[in-house]
Amino acid sequence: MKINSIDPRVNRSKIDPEKKFEEAKELDQWQTFEVFQQIKRGMHHQHVGCVHAPSPEIAFLFAKEQYARRGQCVNIWVVKSSDVFATEYEDADIFDSAPEKFHRDPSTYKVMDRIQAFKERQKS
Amino acid sequence: MYGNAYIDPSLAPNKLTQDEDPIKLAEFEARIAAGDKIEPKDWMPTEYRKQLIRMIEQHAHSEIIGSLPEGTWITRAPGFRRKLALIAKVQDEVGHAQLLYSAAETLGKPREEMINDLISGKSKYSNVFNYPAITWADTAVIAWLIDAGAIVNQLANSKGSYGPYVRALDRICAEESFHLKYGHDNVVYLATGTPKQRQMVQEALTRWWPPIMHFFGPSDKISVHTETLMKWKVKMASNDDMRQTFLNMYVPKIWDLGLVLPDPNLKKNTETGLWEYTEPDWEEFKRVINGDGPCNAERLAVRRQAEEKGRWVRQALLSKDSRYVTPLV
Ligand SMILES: [Fe+2]
Ligand SMILES: [Fe+2]
Repeated sequence: MKINSIDPRVNRSKIDPEKKFEEAKELDQWQTFEVFQQIKRGMHHQHVGCVHAPSPEIAFLFAKEQYARRGQCVNIWVVKSSDVFATEYEDADIFDSAPEKFHRDPSTYKVMDRIQAFKERQKS
Repeated sequence: MYGNAYIDPSLAPNKLTQDEDPIKLAEFEARIAAGDKIEPKDWMPTEYRKQLIRMIEQHAHSEIIGSLPEGTWITRAPGFRRKLALIAKVQDEVGHAQLLYSAAETLGKPREEMINDLISGKSKYSNVFNYPAITWADTAVIAWLIDAGAIVNQLANSKGSYGPYVRALDRICAEESFHLKYGHDNVVYLATGTPKQRQMVQEALTRWWPPIMHFFGPSDKISVHTETLMKWKVKMASNDDMRQTFLNMYVPKIWDLGLVLPDPNLKKNTETGLWEYTEPDWEEFKRVINGDGPCNAERLAVRRQAEEKGRWVRQALLSKDSRYVTPLV
C-alpha cells in the first residue's frame, strides 16, 4: 500500500503505512523537569507545568518554547521532577492550626483599650 | 469528541463503584460537590482515573494529529503573514498536546505508552482530522470552525474537577482565541473576495460541514453512568448541548457572510430556542473513527515516522542517570 497524500512532503518521504512500529520503551521520552517562570522582575517565579527533556539545558529550550512563546517572561527555572519534595494532600491537616495562632495576628493586639483606661485612672 | 468521557451503557449500573471504599468515595464526591479540585495523589475511584486518562489522552492525540491537516499548508500559505500565523498556530496545537500528555501522565500512564497506543490504533483522536484539507480554504474553515468547536468543548471541560487537566485547559483556552480570530479572518477574506475566492470557501464549508456536525459525537444515551460522570465533573456537558452552543454561536456568523450550509433542515426553532438539523450520518462517523476514513492511514503513518526518525536523537541525548518519575503538573 502507498500513501497518496495532498501533502507533497508526505509523498516524497515514501512512508510505508504497513511497517510495524517498534514500540517506545521507558525513557524514550526522557524524564520530566518542572518549570518555574518569572514574568516580571520583582515578582516570584511561578510553577507553570513541566517539560520532558534529557538535561537541564534542553529543558530550558523546551520550557522557553512551551511556556514563554507569547506574553512576558524574564527568567525561567527548571528542576528535575524527581528532585521535588512535596507534602501529601493526605497530611494537609498539618496546616490546620495556622488560623488558630491568634498571637500571630496583629489585629488581636488592642493596646488602645489599656491606654484609655490608664488615662482615665490618671485623671481621677 | 475532542476530550470526551464515555462508559459502555451495557455495564451494570452498580459495577461502577462497587469495589470502592464507601467512606473514601463519599469524601471524594463531597470534595467535588464543594467545587474543590482533585489533585494527582488524591484518592480517586478507579473509574474516575480510567475515564480521565482516556479522555485527556484522546484530547492530546487530537491536538497533535489535528496539526497535520493544517501543517500541510505551511509551505503553500498565501503570503508571509499567513505563513507566520499558521506556523504559530500549528506550534500552539503541538504545545497543547504536550500540556495534555503531561496532565494524563499525572494519573499514572507514561507518555511512551500513550504514543504506542496512538500508533497502534488502540487510542482514538478526534474524527475530523481523518479528512483532508484539500485547499487553502479548508484550512481557513478548520481554523475557524473546528477550533470554535474545540473551544466549546474545552471551555466546558475547564470547569471540571481534575486539577492538572483544568490548569492545562486554562492555558489552552487562552491560546485558542488567536486560532479562532485567525481562522475567522481567513474565512472572511475569502468570503468577501473575488467570485473564485467565494466559491473556494463555499466548497470547503460544504465539505467540512458533515465532519463539523460529527465533532461533538452522537447524542449521549441517558444512563446512570453519564450521571455519575457528570457528578464527578468529568463530563461537563452533553454532546447535544455542546452542539447546540456551537450552532447558536456560529451558524448566524456563517449565514451573515452569505455562505450556504448543506443542510436544508437547519434552522432555529423559535419556540424551543433549539437548532433543528438533519441527523448526521453516524454510520460514516463510526466507520471513519474505526479506521476507514480518507486520511486515517496517512495520519498514523506520518506520526509513526516522526517517532521513528527522532528516536536516535532522543537516545543519543539520554543521560545514564535519568530517572522517570510522575510529573507534578
Ligand atoms: Fe488546540
Ligand atoms: Fe486551536
